[in-house]
Formats: sequence, structure tokens, C-alpha cells
Amino acid sequence: MKDKVIAVERAVEMIPDGAVLMIGGFLGDGTPENIVDALVKSGKKDLTIIANDTATPERGIGKLIVNKMVKKAIVSHIGTNPETQKQMIEGTLDVELVPQGTLAERVRAGGYGLGGVLTPVGIGTLAENNKQKVKINGEDYLVETALRADFALLKAKKADFYGNLTFTLTSRNFNPLMAFAGKVTIVEVQELVPVGGLTPDEVHVPHAVVDYIVRGSNR
Amino acid sequence: MIKDPKIAREVIAKRTALELKDGDIVNLGIGIPTLVANYLPPKVEIFLQSENGLLGVGPAPAENMAHPNLTNAGGFPITFLPGAAAFDSAMSFGLIRGGHVDATVLGALQVDEEGFLANWMIPGKLIPGMGGAMDLVTGAKKVIVAMQHVEKSGAAKIVKKCNLPLTSSRRVNLIVTDMAVIEVVEKGLLLKEVAPQTTVEEVLGATQASLIVPEHVPTMPITI
Repeated sequence: MKDKVIAVERAVEMIPDGAVLMIGGFLGDGTPENIVDALVKSGKKDLTIIANDTATPERGIGKLIVNKMVKKAIVSHIGTNPETQKQMIEGTLDVELVPQGTLAERVRAGGYGLGGVLTPVGIGTLAENNKQKVKINGEDYLVETALRADFALLKAKKADFYGNLTFTLTSRNFNPLMAFAGKVTIVEVQELVPVGGLTPDEVHVPHAVVDYIVRGSNR
Repeated sequence: MIKDPKIAREVIAKRTALELKDGDIVNLGIGIPTLVANYLPPKVEIFLQSENGLLGVGPAPAENMAHPNLTNAGGFPITFLPGAAAFDSAMSFGLIRGGHVDATVLGALQVDEEGFLANWMIPGKLIPGMGGAMDLVTGAKKVIVAMQHVEKSGAAKIVKKCNLPLTSSRRVNLIVTDMAVIEVVEKGLLLKEVAPQTTVEEVLGATQASLIVPEHVPTMPITI
């Protein structure tokens, strides 16, 4: 059996410049801060980030923005990070804003082997620009294409050594969806338990989609 | 007209609260909408949903009891009530887009005569992103706008036609302000109530859109 538990430095070594990263979290809650900090230290560049938001300048994904490591961000909200807006206006950061529910579904579709989803959200707004529209039973829908990533960087409350995951409260958010959509999925966990330490009903994401585990802390 | 901004906010929140029914699943936006939960009538119990994955949001915790993994869609610490449920973002928006949320209360930059809402960006000035607003306005069973009737500058927010980017092609149902309650009906905007200490003429003077004004317009059934 492959040992999935690795050091945070090893996790970051795998990620090349220009990689497409999905990062879990909602305004930092559920973001793997230790992996992010190691990424910042490594000085990677030209990253594409797919995430709910860009948090705040001193937290989570916000730190990658502040350190100018990101060339493109596919997110639903940037209002809490003035640095994201600044770089967007300066033209050094390409921001694709996606309605939050649509973003969740595009990630889910990517991980679940679908080409995309059809949603009524965004019809009649700027979000429909350059998108295909279809009519089903008389209603208009936007074709929203699936998203995948080279790496999914996630945070879970617990994992066992196989990589079965359990999340807690509002830190779950995009994490379980991204676990399926990363070609390589790396999860920072608050607590590592023995195999059998999680009952089958407690497992929110099965180990099949988890490639590596990094020991983390809760912050 | 109510001059005190604190009382104005209270009027909006108190009147909006009367729209919520016992057992409703409700999503409250940031700002004035959040205050609505403080003014629910007795015996009305609602379930608050937060986009980031919780149904059964409770009040803010004591300062030293904030949990890092228990936050609302604004990133602020919350608590959960007995019977709460936690879920991922796909399920959260399944609730929203799937029509399982009874009401959403949102702020607005502009609402127009046809009931269209603009609340997510001012081109060239303010581009925070739409977050969950487009999903909420498209999917919730009832969309209530709770906002100040006019801008701080005095400019109208209820306009003939929104010149800011729209949030959805779905119209809102009700507008509650510190001056009036306005329902979006087939023929336009119907003035349903005026706020305490407010006249119909004052409302008309502060509204750029045309309003349908019935012969008798009652005052909001609230005390301030």
C-alpha cells in the first residue's frame, strides 16, 4: 500500500510554475494554510487558481495574490481582497468571475466526469457573455463547462491513512467537490487517524480520490 | 420621513421580518438584511441558510467562543442551532437554485420599474464579484430587497431602468425601504405601505420609477 502521508515541502515540490490549482475554502475557512504558506515560500509563479474567493490579503489564497504568484483566478468573489482588485485593474491578474453555485457545479462536473452543466443562473446578465445557450422545455439555460485542475489543495478535519476524509461545519464548502476534480489531490488534515478510525458513515470523501496527505493544524 | 439612519435601518429590518413565515428557510444577505433576524414576530421560527454550507445558523458567538470552522458567508463567526445541518457548496446551491429556499433578503444598488435588480457591481468602480447573489435571486421562492430608499447622496435607487449590470433576469417580489413597501406586480411597482412619519408625496419624490398608488396607502404595521 502506497504511503500517502508526505511533508508539506514535498507536496509543494510537485507543483510546477504555471500549474492550475483548485484550492478549498470560503474566505479562508477550509483552506490548507500550511500548504499555502509553503507555496508562498517556494516562490512559484504564473499559477491559475480556481477557488470560491481570494480571501483577505493576510489569509489563505489572499497570500498567493499578494505575493504576485497568480496570473489567473477563477472565483465568485474578490470583494474582501483589495489586492486582487488592484492587480485586476492594473492588468497583471486575469479574473474570471463566476456565480458561486455555477462555480461549484463546474468543479463538480469536472470531477464527476461530465462535460459541464446547464443553469438558468446568469441568463440576462454579464455572466452569459460568450456562452452557449440552450432551450429546454421552453426555458433558457447557460452551458457552463466543467473545470479540472492539475492539483487540488484541500483541508479536511480528519483523514485515515488510506485518505478517507471527514470535514467539519463550514470548512467543508468546495473541498469535497475539488477532491474529485484534481488530477493530483493533496489534503492537509487536522488529525490523522488509524485505518478503521473513521466509520464508513463518517467518510465524506472516499480515499480513491485522495493522492497525498499533509499533516496540518487547525487555523 | 425618518431622518435618523439608525431608526431607518430598524424600520427596514422590522418591516421585512413581517414577511417571513414560521418554518421558512431563509437566506439573509450582508448588512441590513442580517438585522432582520433580530425582529421576528413572536412564534415565528425560521431556519437561516448560509451559502457556505449551513442550515440552522444561530446568533454570533461570544468573542472568546468563535470557532475557526463556523463562519457565515461574510466570513464572520456564527453559532449553529440544534437541528442544524452542514453541507458542501454544491448542496448549498442545490438548496438555493433548486427552489428550496423560501425567501432571500438582499441589499441593492438599484431596482427598476420592472422589478429587475442590480446589486453586484459598478463598472470601473466596484467589482467585488457576484458571489451567490445571482443564484439566490434566480432560485429563491421569494426575493425581498431590503435597502435605504435613496443613496446617501439623495440619488434614487428605485429607478426607471437599471443602468448598472443586472443580477438576474428574474424580477424581485418585494422592496422594503425606510420609506415604503413596494410590491412588484404585473403592471409595475405597487406602493403597498408607507413608513411611519412618511407621506406618499415624500415617497414619490424619492423614487425615479413610476409607482402605482392606490387610493388609500396604509402605514407599516410596526412601532418605532
